[in-house]
Amino acid sequence: MNKLNVSLSPHVKDKDSVPKIMYGVIIALIPALLVSVYFFGLDALRVQAIAIISCILFEWLIQKFLIKGQNTIPDGSAVLTGMLLAFNVPANLPWWIMVIGALVAIGVGKMSFGGLGKNPFNPALVGRVFILISFPVQMTNWPKISVLNFTGIDAETGATPLAIMKEGLANGEKVSDIMSSMPTSLVDMMTGQMGGSLGEISAIALIVGGIYMLWKKIIPVHIPLSIFASIALFAGVMNLIDPTAYAGPAFHLLTGGVMLGAIFMATDMVTSPMSKKGMWIYGVGIGVITVLIRVWGAYPEGISFAILIMNGFVPLINNSIKPKLFGKVKEK
Amino acid sequence: MDDLTIVLLTLATLSGLGIILALILYFVAQKFKVVEDPRIDEVDELLPGANCGGCGYPGCRAFAEACVTTDNLDAFYCPVGGNELMKNVADALGAEVSEKEPQVAVVKCQGSPEHRKDIREYDGPQNCAIAHSLFGGTTDCANGCLGLGDCVEVCTFDAIHMNPDTKLPDVIEDACTACGACIDACPRDIIELRNVGKKSRRIYVSCVNTDKGAPAKKACDVACIGCGKCVKICPFDAITLENNLAYIDYEKCKLCRKCVPECPTNAIVELNFPPRKPKAEKPAGEKTPKTEAKAKKTVAAEKTEETKPNTNQDK
Amino acid sequence: MLKTFPKGGVHPAENKMAATAEIQSLPLPKQVVIPLAQHIGAPAQAVVKRGDVVKTGTLIAKASGFVSANIHSSVSGKVKKIDNVLDSSGYKKPSIIIDVDGDEWEENIDCDPALINDLSKTPEEIKQKIMEAGIVGLGGATFPTHVKLSIPEGKSIDHIIINAVECEPYLTADHRVMLEKAHEIMLGTSLIMKATGVDKAIIGIENNKPDAIELLSKIAKEYKGIQIDTLKVQYPQGGEKQLIKAVLDREVPSGGLPLDVGCVVQNVGTAIAVYEAVQKNKPLIERVVTVTGKSVNKPINLMVRIGTSANELIEAAGGLPDDTGKVVNGGPMMGKAISDTNVPVTKGTSGILIFNTQESKRAKIYNCIRCARCTFVCSQGLEPFNLKNIAEINDWEKLEKEHVMDCIECGSCSYTCPAGVPILDYIRLGKSTVSQIIRSRKK
Repeated sequence: MNKLNVSLSPHVKDKDSVPKIMYGVIIALIPALLVSVYFFGLDALRVQAIAIISCILFEWLIQKFLIKGQNTIPDGSAVLTGMLLAFNVPANLPWWIMVIGALVAIGVGKMSFGGLGKNPFNPALVGRVFILISFPVQMTNWPKISVLNFTGIDAETGATPLAIMKEGLANGEKVSDIMSSMPTSLVDMMTGQMGGSLGEISAIALIVGGIYMLWKKIIPVHIPLSIFASIALFAGVMNLIDPTAYAGPAFHLLTGGVMLGAIFMATDMVTSPMSKKGMWIYGVGIGVITVLIRVWGAYPEGISFAILIMNGFVPLINNSIKPKLFGKVKEK
Repeated sequence: MDDLTIVLLTLATLSGLGIILALILYFVAQKFKVVEDPRIDEVDELLPGANCGGCGYPGCRAFAEACVTTDNLDAFYCPVGGNELMKNVADALGAEVSEKEPQVAVVKCQGSPEHRKDIREYDGPQNCAIAHSLFGGTTDCANGCLGLGDCVEVCTFDAIHMNPDTKLPDVIEDACTACGACIDACPRDIIELRNVGKKSRRIYVSCVNTDKGAPAKKACDVACIGCGKCVKICPFDAITLENNLAYIDYEKCKLCRKCVPECPTNAIVELNFPPRKPKAEKPAGEKTPKTEAKAKKTVAAEKTEETKPNTNQDK
Repeated sequence: MLKTFPKGGVHPAENKMAATAEIQSLPLPKQVVIPLAQHIGAPAQAVVKRGDVVKTGTLIAKASGFVSANIHSSVSGKVKKIDNVLDSSGYKKPSIIIDVDGDEWEENIDCDPALINDLSKTPEEIKQKIMEAGIVGLGGATFPTHVKLSIPEGKSIDHIIINAVECEPYLTADHRVMLEKAHEIMLGTSLIMKATGVDKAIIGIENNKPDAIELLSKIAKEYKGIQIDTLKVQYPQGGEKQLIKAVLDREVPSGGLPLDVGCVVQNVGTAIAVYEAVQKNKPLIERVVTVTGKSVNKPINLMVRIGTSANELIEAAGGLPDDTGKVVNGGPMMGKAISDTNVPVTKGTSGILIFNTQESKRAKIYNCIRCARCTFVCSQGLEPFNLKNIAEINDWEKLEKEHVMDCIECGSCSYTCPAGVPILDYIRLGKSTVSQIIRSRKK
């Protein structure tokens, strides 16, 4: 007879596991990946590959030689960080900047805190913001979309809608004039025919991924919903006050990284709040800060910074918002 | 404004600021100064600063305060610094203190896989307290060491480590300060503080099994079966038998070694003694020939080959 | 909308393969081992010694104190010895070992299965008979019933709740007794109502037992004051506090008892035991145990004498499968893995579950990814990940402040954690240390 296994209860377990969650998110990113390849060609794959391989390599090296712990690559989080990092950069980014981004994302953003689950800030965003600030020129040199460009010849570059809007407003033009002179319409922004980073261009592809994750219960609906609602509300109110100076909610929701950020980056479990109420506060904070930076800040896009700032508040949110205890505390 | 003026103004401003702030700090420090007996600082300087709690006080500073305010230093002992330190403290305070026997942690279990077979598996956190609440263990001895290392976790002096071959903890005598942390951590009271002994020699029953003889022996072949032969042979009445388990009182034990060969299961361990002379019944503890100059004071493993009683003397 | 508790809970696979197996009596064993500590409270003290001859139903150990219970012999024969024997706690505990000889019952026990529905005994008489018969909660908690039914001064109750939920997967003992002893349940409930001076009782049943719900709803009409409530299938619906919230919408205060919200909860098996004790003078000497598992040949519900070795039950279910990895006493969520199959069935044994080696392996452990699922499923409103972290660093004071003593140890947190963190193991460690600290503070 075998030796009996003795362990504490419970003796059954549901089917979910960390790798399943990570791979679930990766699957949800596939529509956006396909769109990025369609619009940016081989460059998109190149950037993805460099990001993913660098992230895996750095995590494996750090885990093996610095931390001297078990191999953590199979849990899928390094692959996911690599993919998300790649989605946040332009398709024509030089390979060495991508590698630096991966090094900072994994080394500083994740492993320096102790590995998976211990980092307060979203690693992909840490890496992205680092290379944005260090290499601003290359990180804002957005390629124009060139459908199914597999020739590898570099495409032309052009500004993103957000950048166009920002510059235009700074020059004193009216919102409606800027919108009509823009090469992309709102419909184009939904499907992906606009300039931008790899992952942020197609709202539809990202929403499809989001619905998949909601179905699999990987992300809560509260975070994306609160971000969209607060951006739409804030931008909508400003637009009502002065439609010539402030762009409307549809514009803000569809341009830049809002879709990507709200559905994939802000919902990262490790760095988001652990209560539903907390998630609302977090989402509203992100939305407000994003619009603030976009309208009054120096950068045309603010969601990366907004998410990182709110990540910093998450421990405070977690400590202040506790679940309701069953039964009032008994009077002594 | 020319450059020289700027530099001079900067220097002046910063220096002035520095001086003003320093003066503020000085006056505040004087106003809110806590008046303490200066002897507490003196004694605190002498203490090792490990804050291990072995003295029974929450940290060295608290111990220093207690020493200064007491009448009788005999009730106070820092196991890390030992008798030497207590003498220094006594001198600093102009008092007297009596010497105490140094002690060391002793692991009273020999149940390695060689002697105690695993009959079931454990799946759970590597934590003795948790495993202890779950079941008796992976072997048939429900009192024995679980090998999950709560004692190792809690030692702040790096004096106890889990031996990967025997799956039992080994105490490094030189590093052990007898602070008592591992004694508290062990959920089964397997570790005990015992006197270090002259020349680091100690004799103890290395077993805590309270089962009757037959199940004890079946579970582990070096278990104490409670036969009582050691009790009978001890000339100093140092051994008592309770709950099928023998115990040697280290205050009464004179290290004569008579009990060790009596034990039918080799449950009694003699540490750091020279090997017995064949055919001699001479009790050890007497002066030993030069070959024994290597009385091991350095690393004292809990169970070493040379301390097993020499069975040459039975025919 | 089915009634349920509002927050948390999980839905493990039900696996009720023994639900259609009618209760069979296990043949008498050759020897029984009856531990002296089968209940919450002080262990009973033996009143027999080696060599004494006993009959089925003879008192062999007396309750020591108020929170304790009598123990009776479940067989007739001779006391072989009183010794320390391995039981499902994993340790050897004092037990009375009896060699079986025939099956002679004490004269005053009425063995006739006919229903006795004369409820004229006084509440005091009912409680006295319950205490004498050594009845304890048969849901698994084994709290002495006469203590639960003694309402202290200043408290009053208005409802009796009968827990027929059986929310644990695999177990079907309660389901079968509902189908086979429905009238006894009603009579037992009526006796409990009389003993506590209450005129309303609710029997809560989970929705996955439609035949039991139908039968009991029909029969309840013949008895005064008893209502059947159908509950949503959600674990831990059968937890006392969750059940009270579901049927009465009252929350037992943190650190309090059901008495504080005016009700008392009893398991449906206990209700039957009360009926048998009061009306038939039958002490608690046997109970229904489910033996089941995915690899078991014949999942079965057995009426077993207390003290029978689990080996006999496993034999009756077709023998121990070759690839057995773990055997559990109780349900899969809260039951105890036993160290050896030769342990006695006690008053609290509701099931023997057999898991194969594949099922027995615990999930791979990753770092906590702060997904908060444990918090979302905790029906007590606690933060299990936080309790685990605090217990790991041994900060017992903080743990007490975080209401660790409110944890009902249902296991939903460990069940659902995607990182496989053994959350409940650490919470248990915390609870036992904190309760020791609380006890020493009271001294």
